[in-house]
Amino acid sequence: MLLEIQNLNAGFHTEEGFSSVLHDVSLSLDQGETVALVGESGSGKSVTALSVLQLLAKDSFSSDGEVLFGNENLLVKDERDLEHIRGNDIAMIFQEPMTSLNPVYSVGHQLMEPLKIHQQMTDEEARKQAIYLLDRTGIPAPETRMDSFPHQLSGGQRQRVMISMALACRPKLLIADEPTTALDVTIQAQILELLQELQREFNMAVLLITHDLNMVQKIADRVFIMHQGHIVEKGLTHDIFSSPKDPYTIKLMDSVPKGEPPQKKESRPLLTIDNLHCHFSIKKGFFRRKVGEIRAVDDASLTIREGTTYGIVGESGSGKSTLGLCILRLVSCHGNITYNGKDLLKKSKGEMRSLRRDLQVVFQDPFSSLSPRLTIFQIISEGLRVHHIGNTKEERRRIVEEKLFEVGLTAEMADRYPHEFSGGQRQRIAIARAIALSPKFIILDEPTSALDMTIQAQIIDLLRNLQEKYQITYLFISHDLRVIKALADEIAVMKNGRIVEKGKAHEVFSNPSHEYTQQLFQAAF
Amino acid sequence: MVRTTNSMLRRRWRKFKTNRRGYWSLIIFSILFTLSLGSELISNDKPVFVYYEGSFYFPILNSYPETTFGGDFETETDYRDPYILEKIISNGNKAFFPPNPHSYSSINPNLDVPVPSPPTKYNFFGTDDRGRDVLARLIYGFRLSILFGLALTTVGTLLGILAGSIQGYLGGRTDLFFQRFIEIWSAMPELYLLIIFASIFKPSALLLLVLLSMFGWMGLSDYVRAEFLKSRNLDYVKAAKALGVGDITIMFRHLLPNGMTPVITFLPFRMSGAILALTSLDFLGLGVPPPSPSLGELLAQGKSNIDAWWLSLSTFIVLVGTLILLIFIGEALRETFDPRKV
Repeated sequence: MLLEIQNLNAGFHTEEGFSSVLHDVSLSLDQGETVALVGESGSGKSVTALSVLQLLAKDSFSSDGEVLFGNENLLVKDERDLEHIRGNDIAMIFQEPMTSLNPVYSVGHQLMEPLKIHQQMTDEEARKQAIYLLDRTGIPAPETRMDSFPHQLSGGQRQRVMISMALACRPKLLIADEPTTALDVTIQAQILELLQELQREFNMAVLLITHDLNMVQKIADRVFIMHQGHIVEKGLTHDIFSSPKDPYTIKLMDSVPKGEPPQKKESRPLLTIDNLHCHFSIKKGFFRRKVGEIRAVDDASLTIREGTTYGIVGESGSGKSTLGLCILRLVSCHGNITYNGKDLLKKSKGEMRSLRRDLQVVFQDPFSSLSPRLTIFQIISEGLRVHHIGNTKEERRRIVEEKLFEVGLTAEMADRYPHEFSGGQRQRIAIARAIALSPKFIILDEPTSALDMTIQAQIIDLLRNLQEKYQITYLFISHDLRVIKALADEIAVMKNGRIVEKGKAHEVFSNPSHEYTQQLFQAAF
Repeated sequence: MVRTTNSMLRRRWRKFKTNRRGYWSLIIFSILFTLSLGSELISNDKPVFVYYEGSFYFPILNSYPETTFGGDFETETDYRDPYILEKIISNGNKAFFPPNPHSYSSINPNLDVPVPSPPTKYNFFGTDDRGRDVLARLIYGFRLSILFGLALTTVGTLLGILAGSIQGYLGGRTDLFFQRFIEIWSAMPELYLLIIFASIFKPSALLLLVLLSMFGWMGLSDYVRAEFLKSRNLDYVKAAKALGVGDITIMFRHLLPNGMTPVITFLPFRMSGAILALTSLDFLGLGVPPPSPSLGELLAQGKSNIDAWWLSLSTFIVLVGTLILLIFIGEALRETFDPRKV
């Protein structure tokens, strides 16, 4: 066994006492193996990874148990010995490439650092090796890239740089903490391929920490499922996926978005977009002259029918969120947006206000979409006050409690504050806020992307039920193709502001005609 | 059914209390300030009440002519006149004097040493260069400083919030022009203007207040502006706009409460700055006109009468003590609002 974690118990000392995070965690990894540690946020998987290399602050973190690497217990080693192991025998790559690379040092400088420290190379040797590594990980024009800074590279490129840094000294074990979560779907596929190639070449073991079951099924040999600091199930990938035994594992497998939306009969178009453009000008120089423009939305046209869910799919930067904001008139655009026969872009602010009752929105980040200083009652009833629904406080209170009940929360939560709720609960509150006005059209901008899979499944069910009950039309914006597949009746695929393909969901999914769509589907499914 | 709200305010208050030094400083400061508000009852040359020949008199509230107490003239009673004094404390009559029987402008005529005179039992901290009781002047001066500090801080904060919120929320051209205006305005020489104005208008605390508040708001407006610029792009503001909430309501209900952190953290420091400003101006003779009691004026006297150590020492203790209390409160506030610890 290359790495053996035995009975690891660990926790943090906080102001309120000792908070136990890991309970009797045991894990093993053999040379050349890929092991996945799967769990939702808060399960303790990152803490497990960080404690292998003693990367957590000693003054607040304490651990008990053994981490055997080779035959030596890493937990009892002092800093000097650990420095020899870190980066050399065990390497780590992290989730967020922007914060893992030092923004003030060039890429080359950071890449040469482990080479010079661990392998005592001279500057010249290190530079040559660094260029080789950049080339090996697929960075184009590596010689010029050596002098670039992290902010000049894209997310995918930064992750490749991170991988080069990690592999510079040919480690025996690579710990990858959610290496592709922050990346687009197509880039994810490329990075995973790269990891697999390098693993074979270096005969390296990989401890992959993730919550993405799809990825696990594709590349892991064995799986450990973690829940609230305990390892609840372990085994070969094939066995776990075909016959999970632990109730939590079963729940997790169940949460993968599945199914298709029920067939709905043809209804009239509710919202039509024709030739929508949203351009941001780039102004330079002393007189701020326009030198170019960014076409966030470039000639978009689509029709959304009443009572259906229209899915907009695209990677980051494709313009899908901007499209939603244009409809809500929160950014300026030109073209034609017709809602219920009325041209939205021609409406004045006052006229728009009464229309806003029908057009609501749910945002992606549950933590920043609720005002932290207002109670839940105040947040949900804000819209009621603006549109004069409910004339007395008691009436508004009644409506708020009704809506809370609809989204699966309880009435007594109305007097609490957002910080007291979890991400999933906050998203439900955001949905309650949106339906408080009984809208006909809701724009959902990546509502489940920031949530765990089990919570995501619940929110998707809630949305489905609400749509069936009230015949609400949804515009569902997401980059997660599986969620779109489970919810959307019609979809549009966006790339660089343009709609490259659109049509009925099951038609597009079974027969994608545009090259980009095919690429996208291949990477995701 | 009453629910204990877990509101932000309550949480912050609990957190503030955990900083014992700041908490006790706040308590001490509040007690001292409240006491100083009743300075007339603590240090005055008139008795609080007099029981004379069967009736009660309240000299602090009403003015009584000398004849009320058996004197000869119709003028305002001088309660320290030995003739009157004897009348009101003998024959079953009672007079209750405040603990320190001096007002800030009452001169002690019975000194046998030249003024400024050192501390005695009668004048607890001695007298200043005009024979006035130092302790009385300290108490009244402390009150004036705090009240001035509060007023200046309030006005400055309100102006700062107003300016900052408009700039931050509207952005664009408004922000640009406002910023340029602030740059020019902050280049104005406050002290010179003060001297010029003092020679044109009759100097008073109000004039000082107006003048200092014209130039004191700019630092705060920058912080509020930054908070607004940052927060207006957050999702909950977009959600409020999507609901149809008006701009001003958004500013007041969403942005302002969340942007108050720099305002509150700076309050005690602004106050100590205001107190120091007043003290410095008084020291230079450009502040409140005589015979108003002021700490700065005592310091100036202390400077010209170096041997009279009681002048400088007592004022120093009061001034530094006040500032230390404010600084401890400020530190505790800063800890309370530290975003990393919430």
